[in-house]
Amino acid sequence: MGILENKFQDNVIVASMDKLLGWARSTSPWYFQFGLACCAIEMMASAASRHDLERIGMMPRSSPRQADVMIVAGTVTMKMALRVKKLYEQMADPKYVISMGSCATSGGPYWQHGYHVLKGVDLVVPVDVYVPGCPPRPEALIEGLLKLQEKIQTERPLTRKSV
Amino acid sequence: MNTAEIKAAIMDQFPGSVLESEDLGESQVELKADQWFEIATFIKENPNLSFDQLECITGIDLGEEASLQTRYNFHSMEHRHKIEILISHDRKEPKVASIEKIWRIGDWFERETYDMFGIVYEGHSDLRRILCPDDWEGWPLRKDYEGQELYHGIVIPKMKEEDGWE
Amino acid sequence: MGVVKGDQMILNIGPQHPSTHGVLRLEVMTDGEIVSQIRPHLGYLHRCFEKHSENVTYEQVIPFTDRCDYLASMNSNFGYVVAMEELMEIKIPERVEYIRVIMGELNRIASHLLALGVYGLDIGAFTPFLYMLRDRERILDMFEYTCGARLLYNYMWVGGVSHDLPKDFETICTDFLDYFEPQIKEYNNLLSFNKIFVERTADVGVIPADVAVSYGVSGPNLRASGVKWDVRKDEPYSIYEKFDFDVPTGTGEFGTLGDCYDRYWVRMLEIEESVKILRQALKEVPSGDVHQALPKKIRPPKGSVYRRTESPRGDLGYYIISDGTPVPSRVKMRSPAFTALSCLDEVSRGWMISDVIAILGSLDIVLGEIDR
Repeated sequence: MGILENKFQDNVIVASMDKLLGWARSTSPWYFQFGLACCAIEMMASAASRHDLERIGMMPRSSPRQADVMIVAGTVTMKMALRVKKLYEQMADPKYVISMGSCATSGGPYWQHGYHVLKGVDLVVPVDVYVPGCPPRPEALIEGLLKLQEKIQTERPLTRKSV
Repeated sequence: MNTAEIKAAIMDQFPGSVLESEDLGESQVELKADQWFEIATFIKENPNLSFDQLECITGIDLGEEASLQTRYNFHSMEHRHKIEILISHDRKEPKVASIEKIWRIGDWFERETYDMFGIVYEGHSDLRRILCPDDWEGWPLRKDYEGQELYHGIVIPKMKEEDGWE
Repeated sequence: MGVVKGDQMILNIGPQHPSTHGVLRLEVMTDGEIVSQIRPHLGYLHRCFEKHSENVTYEQVIPFTDRCDYLASMNSNFGYVVAMEELMEIKIPERVEYIRVIMGELNRIASHLLALGVYGLDIGAFTPFLYMLRDRERILDMFEYTCGARLLYNYMWVGGVSHDLPKDFETICTDFLDYFEPQIKEYNNLLSFNKIFVERTADVGVIPADVAVSYGVSGPNLRASGVKWDVRKDEPYSIYEKFDFDVPTGTGEFGTLGDCYDRYWVRMLEIEESVKILRQALKEVPSGDVHQALPKKIRPPKGSVYRRTESPRGDLGYYIISDGTPVPSRVKMRSPAFTALSCLDEVSRGWMISDVIAILGSLDIVLGEIDR
């Protein structure tokens, strides 16, 4: 895909190719299981029998090199923040990040006296979708993932972006 | 055996090591820090006491002017009695003998108290921080702890002053 | 042919790893596949629980205790309120005691189901994980029906509970127990007597009883080594003395006493004992007002208390020091998983790397509780 990206002028063929690519990319994002704390249990529960994540195409992968989406589920501490950045850099493009739960969004209930808590994972990695809740229900996480799919569908990888 | 009998047994063997004080609770005994390793070996190996379970080590900061304290909770599986031992430390140089050779869990409990309060346990094989990162500055659970500004380039914001809780 | 001279290798497992039950880093020194030493590195989830509890009021500490042991939040709350009520000498109504025991035992079943399901997943069995989580969802439905939350409840307050039981809770719970008891047989058929599972866990990672007591191991891990110690029976709190239940200990029938299979089997048996306690408790719940004994303002007398209760992982202790103000002076949580993890080094010397994963899974640790 690298050779073809950002190459073509906007016309009707490229626009429909873009739509096809957007559909193909968004319907099977493989997620990187990065469960840190309590939200990880809800992420596991959404991958289990009752709310199945595989039916929307998400398969759990343990290695960042094989994943498209990183779901940061739980509190990120200062000790862990350096490793989050390293893992994000190991993922291959195109990559997306979902910040699950209020701890990953802004520090959560530990914002006030937490000397060791990173107040939001967007201080170290760029985030695409924020899912609020403490912890968010599996249905809320699935809605966040569907929003991410909509976002991926609106991308136009082949079109040359005008300067 | 109740607390008075256990205290009497310790005083018998190690005269002068028990400090009397009024605001001690029912099962609390305060000791001086100098003979702590020998007293700890005694309470584990004496067949009448036989405290084989170290339940918890708590570090405490009693206030700005007062001292730091370490509190040990012991329990005996055989006799089903408990005791709590308090040892106070000087604020500038807090240190006491380590009991990790006697109860193996003392290893990690003492590392945690060192990490949070800065109390040095002499004789510990590997005293380093366990919860905070190795290059963290300061002793977090002391009452006069000021957080550091930056950690590896990540800004740690200071809290805004609150009006106090109702 | 000469002898190939090898050297030690340091293998790093974690902090991000699918089977370390959270963010734990293990530095494993191996000679080929055989482990010679393990150094665990903690603190990746250190969320400053004890610093927070010195700056918020006593009621506000309860949601923080939820988040420490997030798999058994009811039991974490239970430990804290039992210690507080001992400090303040509050007498609570009988109905509240029964509700607390019911919720604590339901959460014990849910926590054990997750622990065993994930243990099967570590060993390589995917199906029991899905079955056990399906049944756990029914328990979480009951919790949601009562107090509105699925995982972190803030349910037990000092002097009472936050919401009363709904009117048909007893019917729903009894229906669930009638459905659940035959399921235990299904889990045994799938996993417990499975030849591969037994080969991987029997005789592996034996913890002798005196080593376990010296390392402060408690709960199912200690009982699997043959020591019959259960805080509910030996230092009873709440109304556990009224119920008739056994304390299962390890027997070493598939391997040695105190191996990984014993730790797994003791948890399976504990699920059955919890079902027994629930059936007895549901029949006798008296009526009353659950908010009757809630104090208007929590201002305990000066003093300190250390009280331990039985959480699904072992002896959960709270050391609370109060100085007469509405804000605690110190709250220390003595977590059972911390002590269980400390014996990993000694127990896994001489085993292979995949056995280390089996031993770690059998200890059932939760990093939120270890790092607080």
